[in-house]
Amino acid sequence: MIEARDLRKAFGDFEAVRGIDLAVRKGEAFGFLGPNGAGKSSTMRMIAAVSPVSGGELRILGRDPAKDGPAIRGRLGVCPQEDTLDTELNVFDNLFIYGRYFGIAAADVRERAQELLEFVQLTDKAKSKVEDLSGGMKRRLTIARSLINRPDLLLLDEPTTGLDPQARHLLWDKLFRLKQTGVTLVITTHYMDEAEQLCDRLVVMDKGVIVAEGSPAALIQEHSTREVTELRFGVVGEDETHASYAEKVAEQVTGLGERVEVLPDRLLVYGDDGDEVAAKVHERGLRPVAVLVRRSTLEDVFLHLTGRTLVD
Amino acid sequence: MAVTEGVPVSEGIGRQVDYWLTVYRRTWKGTAISSFVAPLFYVVAMGVLLGGFIEVDPSELEGATSYLAFLVPGLVAAHAMQTAVGETTYPVMGMIKWQRVYESMLATPLAVRDVVFAHLVFVTARVASTCAVFMLVVAPFGVIETWWGAVLAFLSQILVGTAFGSLVYALTTRMSTPEGFGVLFRLGVFPMFLFSGAFFPVANLGEVGAWVARLTPLWQGVNLSRMFMLDNVDWAVAGINATVLIVLTLVGLRWSVTGLRKRLVS
Repeated sequence: MIEARDLRKAFGDFEAVRGIDLAVRKGEAFGFLGPNGAGKSSTMRMIAAVSPVSGGELRILGRDPAKDGPAIRGRLGVCPQEDTLDTELNVFDNLFIYGRYFGIAAADVRERAQELLEFVQLTDKAKSKVEDLSGGMKRRLTIARSLINRPDLLLLDEPTTGLDPQARHLLWDKLFRLKQTGVTLVITTHYMDEAEQLCDRLVVMDKGVIVAEGSPAALIQEHSTREVTELRFGVVGEDETHASYAEKVAEQVTGLGERVEVLPDRLLVYGDDGDEVAAKVHERGLRPVAVLVRRSTLEDVFLHLTGRTLVD
Repeated sequence: MAVTEGVPVSEGIGRQVDYWLTVYRRTWKGTAISSFVAPLFYVVAMGVLLGGFIEVDPSELEGATSYLAFLVPGLVAAHAMQTAVGETTYPVMGMIKWQRVYESMLATPLAVRDVVFAHLVFVTARVASTCAVFMLVVAPFGVIETWWGAVLAFLSQILVGTAFGSLVYALTTRMSTPEGFGVLFRLGVFPMFLFSGAFFPVANLGEVGAWVARLTPLWQGVNLSRMFMLDNVDWAVAGINATVLIVLTLVGLRWSVTGLRKRLVS
């Protein structure tokens, strides 16, 4: 569905995407995971055939976006990072008008719009103004709109950013159902749980390059341990911050796990048995105010690969 | 398939007809009243009441037998300019950066050219309908000499609309904030409205002033509209006036397409 080789995007002197290779297969859910500014959105805009490629090769649905932009866009569904719904039109008209841009006959668009309103559970809001919808409803409407042309490939740029947990789960459910029907999904996100829930395969991006690639489980296995023990220490002296204190303690816990990461507010000790690590910490006479043992996540993978957290 | 530049522009515009009809249906009531009332106020206040104090020889009024007959054709042309500028400043910026409607349009098979042309067709239709209402309102005041003159005057007013519409559209695509609109209105539109021959013959501005006025795009339209309405046509001048407006429209169209492309397809 998508093939890229040494793909690059530059804005003046700034290179947002610095040579990435990709291959997205039909029917899979593919993710771009990375912090803000990693180059995810620039890559998505090139894949959406609205942003010209600065270097390298890109084929979307077997075509060259520089030559066949309109034909490619006709087969894509795009759910942009910020809602671009027309706030002056009602919910139904947003779908109807958008479908017309694809040259779909009016009667067909009407039917399709009704189906999609049903799918995203907005049928009773058909005549409502867009501005009266909640954030979650707007997102669902944007997703419905992106499906109006029955796309082969659906691009979702940060689909659940800014939504409350309930709205996110509802949206994930919809996206999961779409995937079941065979739609290829490409998702950017800086939420590791979203990537784990939705993506079969993902690339981790940082500063315009791909730093790792694989399924969420494989990435965790390859770049992290099974469990993580989080230690939080109370601040000791007046001038002492947690970070500076943690640096000192870090030396003492070295050797307890495979690896130690020092974050501004906590220490992460990576080991396959988190409880055992916690027990050893106490044996060494350290007294953290809070201890949490958990499974490794993509966040840990990212931290390990880049030395930074995903959401700053 | 070989290289596809998208659908033909006519098809691209056609696909946006439903959008612009919906926009029009939502706004026409408000604009219909103002486009009917505003010209009536202007014509009564300035043409009839103020004009009642003005008694000059028709030769000094470019052939008009009354100040009202002199004023109306220029006023409609100036009104066309104001409508076109109004429709291509804030509304265009809104579609670029506030509501971001263009962004959603360009995610579909529509090309930048289709989007620009469709919007400017809508602006032209707005100008045409508001000028048509204006002309119908003033018709009973006995300012129309011949029906064909009125039709040609109406077409000249539409040309004013296309020239200003496309040029200001092009300008808006190159502006990042609406602050520049104030300058455009105060130093561009307003002086042109007052001094481009709509309210008095530009000859009154003195030799240099008159030539400056004749270089403005609005004067071309005012002059065309007035010559046709008064049935006092110098065809050589009319040819120049029409050519200038058509060339400005074409240049504006080109700049609009390149401007929007630079802005949104980066």
